[in-house]
Amino acid sequence: MELYELGIKAAQDGIAKGEFSSVELTQAIIDRYHAKNAEIGAYLTFDEDQALALARENPKSVPIAVKDLINVAGQPCTCASKILKGYVSPYDATVIKNMKAHGFIPAGRVNMDEFAMGSSTENSGLGVTRNPYDLGRVPGGSSGGSAAAVGGNLCIAALGTDTGGSIRQPASFCNCVGVKPSYGRVSRYGVTAFASSLDQVGPMTKSVEDAAILLGALAGHDEMDGTTPKDPVPDYASALEGASMKGVRLGVAKEYFDVKGLDPEVKRITEEAISKCEKAGAELVEVSLPHTEYAMAVYYIIAPAEASANLARFDGVRYGHRSAEAKDVFSLYTKSRAEGFGPEVKRRIIMGTYVLSSGYYDAYYGRAQKVRTLITRDFAEAFGKCDALLSPCAPTPAFKFKELQDPLTMYLNDLFTIPSALAGVCASSIPAGFSRDTKMPVGVQFICGAFEEAKLLKISKAFEELRGSLV
Amino acid sequence: MKIDVGYVAELARLELTDEEKSVFQPQLENIVKYVEKISEVDVEGVEPMMHGRTLVNAFREDVVRPSLAVETALANAPKRVGDEFLLPKIVEGAES
Repeated sequence: MELYELGIKAAQDGIAKGEFSSVELTQAIIDRYHAKNAEIGAYLTFDEDQALALARENPKSVPIAVKDLINVAGQPCTCASKILKGYVSPYDATVIKNMKAHGFIPAGRVNMDEFAMGSSTENSGLGVTRNPYDLGRVPGGSSGGSAAAVGGNLCIAALGTDTGGSIRQPASFCNCVGVKPSYGRVSRYGVTAFASSLDQVGPMTKSVEDAAILLGALAGHDEMDGTTPKDPVPDYASALEGASMKGVRLGVAKEYFDVKGLDPEVKRITEEAISKCEKAGAELVEVSLPHTEYAMAVYYIIAPAEASANLARFDGVRYGHRSAEAKDVFSLYTKSRAEGFGPEVKRRIIMGTYVLSSGYYDAYYGRAQKVRTLITRDFAEAFGKCDALLSPCAPTPAFKFKELQDPLTMYLNDLFTIPSALAGVCASSIPAGFSRDTKMPVGVQFICGAFEEAKLLKISKAFEELRGSLV
Repeated sequence: MKIDVGYVAELARLELTDEEKSVFQPQLENIVKYVEKISEVDVEGVEPMMHGRTLVNAFREDVVRPSLAVETALANAPKRVGDEFLLPKIVEGAES
C-alpha cells in the first residue's frame, strides 16, 4: 500500500511504530499531488515548503487538506473567488489551531464552489475539479475539492464545510465519509461565513474511525465563537468501541423516499442499507417529518439572506479585489463586486437582498424562521422514537459537467441534507454501494440529535462494518 | 412575482450588465415562486428560530489581549498610504 492511500488511523499507527515519518508522509502526498492534481484538480494551491516545515516541527503529525475558505496563517484563502485572488490569511482559524494541537497539520488548499455556494464545484471561480471515479462527472459541492482529494487518494483526510449539505453530498459522490457536526459543535472563527446560522466545519475521511479522530480534534468551545457551548467533547474514537446495530432504533421517514427525482439506484442502495441494518438487529421505526417539503424553500430564503449580509464585507476597501474603474465610493463597491463575484454568488446576493428588503422581510425571512422552528420540532419528535434516521444522502449519484444548468434544479441536490442543517442536528454520509448503471459511488445519510456525534459515529461505524469492503 | 432586479442589485451594491439582468430575472422569479411555498404553512404562534442553537449571554472575561498588528492588518489592502487604507475621494472638496 502506498503512503498516500492511508487514512488517519493507519498513518498515525505507522508513524508511532517508526515505519515512516511525518515528513515522508507529507512528501508522499506532495508527490501524489504532482502526479494526479493536473487530472483531478482537487487542490487550488499547495505550499509544499510550509507543509514540509510543519511536518518537521511536528514529528508525529498527519497532513490534512483544507477547504479554501478556512484561514491558515500565511496561506491564500480565496474561497475559490476572483474577489479574493492574492489574499493571504493573517491568522489561523480556531479549527486549524485545534487541529495542530492534536497532531494534524494543514497541507494544501482544496477547491470548492465559490463562497461554498453550489453542489458541483462548477461554481469555482478558480479551477475545475473532477470526480476521481469518472473524470467526466462532478465531485459534488460545495466541498468538491475535499471530496475529490479524499476519494482520489490525494490526501490522508480533508476539512470541508457544510451549510445545506456541502460535506455530505460530495462525500456521497466521491465515496468518502463526511460528517456535518451539530451547529455549535465546531468553532466558525476564521472560517469565511456563508450563512452564519447554518455553517459548520467537519471531517471528510476514508473511514468512520478517521472521522471520529479528526472531529475530536476540531470540536469544542471557542471564546471567539459565541455559538459554541462549553459542553465537553467526548472521546469520539473510543466511543466507537463495540459498535453494533443490535437494538438500535433506526428511524425511516417516508418524506425521504416518496420523492420525485430520487434516482432508482440511490433508492435501491438505501433500501438495501436499511434491510442490512434490520438483519443485524436494528429495530426499524416509521417516523414522519411533516415539514420536510418546506425545508428547501426555507433554506433558499435564510441562506441567501445571511449570505447577502456576510458578503457585504467584500467592498474593495480593506482586502480583496478593487476595481480599477472605481471613481467614487458607490462605484468602488458596485464595480469591485461586479468584477469579483461569479454568477451564482451574484444571484444569491440579489435573492438575499430581495427577501430582506423593505416590505418583504416578514413574508419571507420572518416566516422562514418560523417554519424553521417547525422543521426542528419534527426532528425533536422523531428522535423521541428513534436513535437515528437513515435516509438517502443525495438524490442521484454524481452527474456530468454542465448537466444541471438551471439553478433551482441544482438546488434540489440538497433535498435530503437541508432539513437537518436547518435543525442544527448532526449527520453523516457513509459510502453504501455503487450505482449499477453509472458505476458511481452512493452514500447513505445517518442523522442524530444535536450534540449526539458520539452516537452518530457509533451507528455509522456499525453500518460501515455491515457494509464491508466496497472494492 | 415581478422582481426589479436592477433595483435590488443596486441595494446590494452590485453592478449588473444588461445581459446578467436578463439571465437573472427569470431565474430569480422562478426561485422566488418556489420559496413562496412557505406561505401555505400555518405559523400562528410559532417562535422564529434565529440560529442552529441558541445560547444566551455567551460572555468571556473582559481582558486586554493582543490584536492584529497594523502591518498585518494592512498587508491585504488594495491600496494604502502609511498606516491607512487609501480610498477614492468620498467627500466633495476633501483630498483623496
